[in-house]
Amino acid sequence: MYKIVRKEVLNAQVKLLEIEAPFVARKAEPGQFIILRAYDEGERIPLTIADYDREKGTVTIIFQEVGASTRLLGSLNVGDSLADFCGPLGVASHFEGVKKAAIIGGGLGTAIAYPQAKKLHSMGVDVDVITGFRNKDLIILEKEMAAVSNRLIVTTDDGSNGTKGFVSDILKKLIDEGNTYDVVVAIGPPIMMKVVSDVTRPYGIKTIVSLNPIMIDGTGMCGGCRVTVGGKIKFACVDGPDFDGHQVDFNELIRRLSIYKDHERAAQERHQCRLEGKINA
Amino acid sequence: MPNMSLKKVPIPEQDPQVRNKNFDEVALGYTEEMAIEEAKRCLNCKHKPCIAGCPVNVQIPEFISLIAEGKFAEAYETIIQTNSLPAVCGRVCPQETQCEQRCVRGIKGEPVAIGRLERFAADWAMKHLEKTYEKTPRNGKKVAVIGSGPSGLSCAGDLIKMGYDVTIFEAFHTAGGVLVYGIPEFRLPKALVQKEIDGLLAQGVEIRTNMVIGKTFTIDELFQEGYSAVFIGSGAGLPNFMNIPGENLNGVYSANEFLTRINLMKAYKNDADTPIKRGKTVAVVGGGNVAMDAARSAIRLGADKVYIVYRRSEKELPARLEEIHHAKEEGIIFKFLTNPIRILGDENGWVTGLECVEMELGEPDASGRRRPVVKEGSQHILEVDTVIISIGTSPNPLIRGTTPDLETNQWGCIVADEQTGQTSKEGVFAGGDAVTGAATVILAMGAGKAAAKAIDEYIKSKG
Ligand SMILES: Cc1cc2nc3c(=O)[nH]c(=O)nc-3n(C[C@H](O)[C@H](O)[C@H](O)COP(=O)(O)OP(=O)(O)OC[C@H]3O[C@@H](n4cnc5c(N)ncnc54)[C@H](O)[C@@H]3O)c2cc1C
Ligand SMILES: Cc1cc2nc3c(=O)[nH]c(=O)nc-3n(C[C@H](O)[C@H](O)[C@H](O)COP(=O)(O)OP(=O)(O)OC[C@H]3O[C@@H](n4cnc5c(N)ncnc54)[C@H](O)[C@@H]3O)c2cc1C
Ligand code: FES
Repeated sequence: MYKIVRKEVLNAQVKLLEIEAPFVARKAEPGQFIILRAYDEGERIPLTIADYDREKGTVTIIFQEVGASTRLLGSLNVGDSLADFCGPLGVASHFEGVKKAAIIGGGLGTAIAYPQAKKLHSMGVDVDVITGFRNKDLIILEKEMAAVSNRLIVTTDDGSNGTKGFVSDILKKLIDEGNTYDVVVAIGPPIMMKVVSDVTRPYGIKTIVSLNPIMIDGTGMCGGCRVTVGGKIKFACVDGPDFDGHQVDFNELIRRLSIYKDHERAAQERHQCRLEGKINA
Repeated sequence: MPNMSLKKVPIPEQDPQVRNKNFDEVALGYTEEMAIEEAKRCLNCKHKPCIAGCPVNVQIPEFISLIAEGKFAEAYETIIQTNSLPAVCGRVCPQETQCEQRCVRGIKGEPVAIGRLERFAADWAMKHLEKTYEKTPRNGKKVAVIGSGPSGLSCAGDLIKMGYDVTIFEAFHTAGGVLVYGIPEFRLPKALVQKEIDGLLAQGVEIRTNMVIGKTFTIDELFQEGYSAVFIGSGAGLPNFMNIPGENLNGVYSANEFLTRINLMKAYKNDADTPIKRGKTVAVVGGGNVAMDAARSAIRLGADKVYIVYRRSEKELPARLEEIHHAKEEGIIFKFLTNPIRILGDENGWVTGLECVEMELGEPDASGRRRPVVKEGSQHILEVDTVIISIGTSPNPLIRGTTPDLETNQWGCIVADEQTGQTSKEGVFAGGDAVTGAATVILAMGAGKAAAKAIDEYIKSKG
């Protein structure tokens, strides 16, 4: 079960795996996620469903190697199997009545935003996509995004791909130039989602963000993923992960994401050995 | 000649100051000699009051007499006629409010240690008896069981014996429900739960993990997959919070999260992948078994000080007596008649304290317990770096949210017939915490068994 059938390296830290998971593929919708364990005793890792193929019964995930568990996942190859793959979890995105949308992807958030762009595009919605990366070596999914958008702007913080600037500035420019949007979908680091939400607020444009707090079960039984939205506690795994960006307490989210910093550093060091053992083998 | 000692034969336990630093089992169990000696305290009363106190009517005097005669295998066989998880129940049942409460020996002195004897018989059997399962012929009908806690396991166990093909759908990556993610290793070794599950697998029960019903499949889809009936034993896993300021600070856990990290994800082991914050000073809010487990886990993770903060008095503590006793021995500090009103944090958002008020007991409330009221001017701060909230759980909405014709009550519990577990939806039965709200292992197990019988009747009636 849960065999890896395709692996792609999208940039130095970002990898794509296509995994056999027919029960998840059967029901998956954009906006939903899965929780996997690479091996027994491994951590439960939540990852967005980047794509799915109901006929082949596969689900694609795209992930950044940020810590011990994601690096171990990245060291697996075609033919290897995952211990667990659970989903689809969370509420699917809803875009009824949308005619024109802007999709903003920050770094790896581009991968999480891709299925939404694809869905909107397939619904006949006019889609502008803005993706931002630190430099040109980190750019991912350019071709894929181009195929599902009417206009794609790829920007880098350092201007190394020729377009310089933050995604939020570019969005503001587009709005000020007279582009109107029924909805803005902003997915990326919490600080980016916060800034984009601040940009759209004065214009009253509905802004959907996808929150990735620390999760364990993903089914609403631990409350570890709680976020404050509109002054109320929500469990991101069952009430989200999509929320109204104008209502989210981003500062709290950012703070809660740092709870295990020390442990994560230690885990990295411990795993380094295990990982190297694997790579050498 | 009965043993007329007023006290139970003591059960060997790890020393409190040793065990509060490890996760090994606290109580070590009776030896054969101890078990026989304790069994001889039973008077074998004609009217058997203890049996009426047992939710699944274990034939208590009968199995105890067999132990007294040294017939341990027969004692075990007697128990499992009505209780499929004796090794678990012997360890975690609240005997003091069930069988042992009715024991005649308890009128003067301590009741017979029925729980310890049940555990002894079960452990003895695990060690000495080669389990063989006769395979009942299959009848070709399929039943789906949702959840692998005690209700689901016992329902599946009975149905497989009746000849049904049984599939358990479990959301987590490991089967066992609260027995594996909630109740800690030091109270209920996980290897023991796994043995019970292995027994079901050996009889042909199929367990499919990573299956979240309501997400991966809906109940209607299970019927489309060819299941003739569905049993819902999905428990009450949704943690309640207090809705006081500061609950989202770093260092505030629900008991469910804290215990899941420790038990299911093994975060108590130093090299575990899943992290947990090892607090130095910890306040656990609540007074049930869950609160005791969280507090005793926190001290084992190396905390210097662990408080139980409970708004009523010691008498009202809902936890098992033995757990309260063990917690005290291990150095847990009880703050009774104390209610939290705010969690305080530092400039980086980490917990620094729990602000509380003291309470007095007023008039009895609907549950008959005296209602606590705030004492004027009693505000004070407990300095802690971790707060664990253990004020109860409710059933998870995933199933009811995707099964429109399944009736639930105002607390989100599934409405089901007490005798049969029949719900408002044809072919769907339910039991355990999903129906009653957070309760006990034995009640969940009993409900699973009752539903298995009703499911059999239902399927037969459909021909
Ligand atoms: C609903 C959801 C969807 C996500 N989708 C994607 C995705 O498509 N691609 C992707 O690369 N990442 C995604 N993430 C984030 C991903 O789960 C984390 O990067 C991963 O768990 C980090 O594990 P690690 O051990 O490698 O890193 P660690 O060193 O353990 O942690 C690095 C950082 O990752 C975050 N993190 C750690 N553990 C968890 C956890 N259990 N749950 C959530 N965040 C955690 C923390 O902020 C931490 O500081 C998603 C998270 C959620 C909640
Ligand atoms: C920490 C703790 C300590 C306790 N101590 C005691 C004690 O000492 N004595 C005692 O008698 N009782 C105790 N209890 C209570 C007892 O454990 C429960 O009453 C009992 O486990 C309920 O059994 P159940 O089968 O109804 O549900 P659970 O044991 O909760 O099992 C439900 C299962 O269903 C799964 N599930 C939930 N939703 C879905 C879904 N949508 N799809 C698929 N699977 C799903 C869950 O993952 C879980 O595995 C304790 C509880 C806790 C939390
Ligand atoms: S991850 Fe546990 S409740 Fe959301």
